[in-house]
Amino acid sequence: MTTTPEPKLLDVRDLKVEFRTRDGIAKAVNGVTYQVAAGQTLAVLGESGSGKSVTAQAVMGILDTPPGFVTGGEIFFQGRDLLTLGREERRKVRGAKMAMIFQDALSSLNPVLSVGAQLGEMYQVHRGLSRKAARGKAVELMERVGIPAAAARVGDFPHQFSGGMRQRIMIAMALALEPELIIADEPTTALDVTVQAQVMDLLAQLQREFHMGLILITHDLGVVADVADTIAVMYAGRIVETAPVHQLYRAPAHPYTRGLLDSIPRLDQKGRTLYAIKGLPPNLTAIPPGCPFNPRCPLAQDVCRTDLPPLYEAGPGRASACHFWKETLGGAR
Amino acid sequence: MEPDEQETGSGGGPAPRVAAAGVRTRAARGEAILEIRDLAKHFPLHRGVVFQRQVGAVKAVDGVSFDLYKGETLGIVGESGCGKSTVAKLLVGLERPTAGQIRYQGEDIIKLSGRALKAVRRNIQMVFQDPYTSLNPRMTVGDIIGEPYEIHPEVAPKGSRRQKVRELLDVVGLNPEYINRYPHQFSGGQRQRIGIARGLALRPEIIVADEPVSALDVSVQAQVINLLERLQDEFDLSYVFIAHDLSVVRHISDRVAVMYLGRLAETGTDEQIYEHPTHPYTQALLSAVPVPDPAARERRGRILLAGDVPSPADPPSGCRFRTRCWKAQDVCAEVVPPLDVPEWFVGAGPAGHPSACHFAEERSDAQE
Repeated sequence: MTTTPEPKLLDVRDLKVEFRTRDGIAKAVNGVTYQVAAGQTLAVLGESGSGKSVTAQAVMGILDTPPGFVTGGEIFFQGRDLLTLGREERRKVRGAKMAMIFQDALSSLNPVLSVGAQLGEMYQVHRGLSRKAARGKAVELMERVGIPAAAARVGDFPHQFSGGMRQRIMIAMALALEPELIIADEPTTALDVTVQAQVMDLLAQLQREFHMGLILITHDLGVVADVADTIAVMYAGRIVETAPVHQLYRAPAHPYTRGLLDSIPRLDQKGRTLYAIKGLPPNLTAIPPGCPFNPRCPLAQDVCRTDLPPLYEAGPGRASACHFWKETLGGAR
Repeated sequence: MEPDEQETGSGGGPAPRVAAAGVRTRAARGEAILEIRDLAKHFPLHRGVVFQRQVGAVKAVDGVSFDLYKGETLGIVGESGCGKSTVAKLLVGLERPTAGQIRYQGEDIIKLSGRALKAVRRNIQMVFQDPYTSLNPRMTVGDIIGEPYEIHPEVAPKGSRRQKVRELLDVVGLNPEYINRYPHQFSGGQRQRIGIARGLALRPEIIVADEPVSALDVSVQAQVINLLERLQDEFDLSYVFIAHDLSVVRHISDRVAVMYLGRLAETGTDEQIYEHPTHPYTQALLSAVPVPDPAARERRGRILLAGDVPSPADPPSGCRFRTRCWKAQDVCAEVVPPLDVPEWFVGAGPAGHPSACHFAEERSDAQE
């Protein structure tokens, strides 16, 4: 990985998370390293089960324990290792310094509290404002995120808002205390494309304004291309490739990334068989030895079945966990 | 469990489906196998517990007409709540329409009942969106795929059913040995294959697929799309393919219908809709789709629509899109725009296709 002189806002090093279940130990995150600088957007791309959300939950400190346990690594946030902090200190960081936006706003908001009360709660708990002052702040926030007639709607309940408006409220809640880092976990997956465009625009605009770091977790290659600066592609709990966004789309350095890009239906493939990555993602309780992608990889050789590839530096600012990254970068499929 | 998916594509990039033609030949515009006319479905809204009275209706589908030709794929796109799934349910007879006709080979199937209806239903089968909830967890795969034969025993005599199910499993790329397994033993992509096998069991002519790949991961989605296309060639199927993913619909469809709030906004070939859209809603929808190409970030002329889709219980008068449309004039509130080729576009090449807009025009800032 690259080393930059400026201190990173978030610096996750070799993070490991496992879930201890009745069926065995599921290794969800197996040594993830990434950094986010202020004002920068890191997109974490991966399919279901790749560990992208679990990594974020560990960073936020909202992992369900048990069954989930952080078994290794460090999470430096503004120079402090969050994993060494006590419960209370961790709680002060969460919400005030880093905040999370979830996919499903309807189930993430409390259905029996008005949105005003839920937004205001942030100020009451973290800033000690009175209920009335907090409500005023809530209205301000709702205006910020473009909810029409905010003053009239502050007493409404979550179900009275549309999906797009609810997601705006989630964003408002995350922004309330002006955090330095926002983690957005599939923020627009549940929304329609026209509404998705509105919400992503809002998020990008607020990020610029507050100069926040943003981690965008998604499976959508289109959304990533639109907003990210850097991309980390995850597979079976590992980062298999990181690169600046333009370079990754132009010339991927990992066969999995190439497979994902190739399997998007494109205009010139109309009427032809789509490229498809063969097989299925691995079972996390039995990850294959060597490179976890080797059973599905068109380039796999013997070495891939025995040796786990490290993250090779594959050019300035990019890395690939593939023994054959040079060949992949050169266009081998 | 070892997967044995077959639609893996060739290692050396996408291979042509039809070797001779290179590109799959478009379905020749043959006879219409299905003709939909003024189809409507209103769900009544009631108030009161004892003395229920109807206070209105959710007009989920409100006057939809289209044809489905033999061997083609008609894609229906639209956002949630536009009524596309209700159309699917109406086509396969899971809902009774409030008004309109569904003519299958010239006969209005809404008027049919009993044995005649059953015979028609055999030929129109459905593949559902969610492979997790559309398969009964207590039934084996063999029973799930074989169940249609219980209802239509004339298709397969009792003794031959197991064999037929094995063949179907093989056709959709699953190991026939899996016949006694339960749905939870399969991944999402494999379950969707099971759902497809069930849809194929009765050898239908038409398959209505409602968001068949939206619950699947990208890498698995391509496998299932390839499977659907292969099956279409193999069994001469006609598809109604409903999805919100515009790139998937473009890939698989011969013709595309864009739906908004219970009505069709625009219909045409995939090229007409995607390259020469004339309805403002289609233009906004297409411009909002994130393009998986960061280089396109700056040069896209994105149209950001204001607001949300209005409630189908109280749709706007006139044109349904007018509340979010930047071109709206007084006439849009008064006159419902018909779904016809706008007269100023008749014979005007690819822009000349049905578009329900008073001010239909191609985008001037067309993206390169």
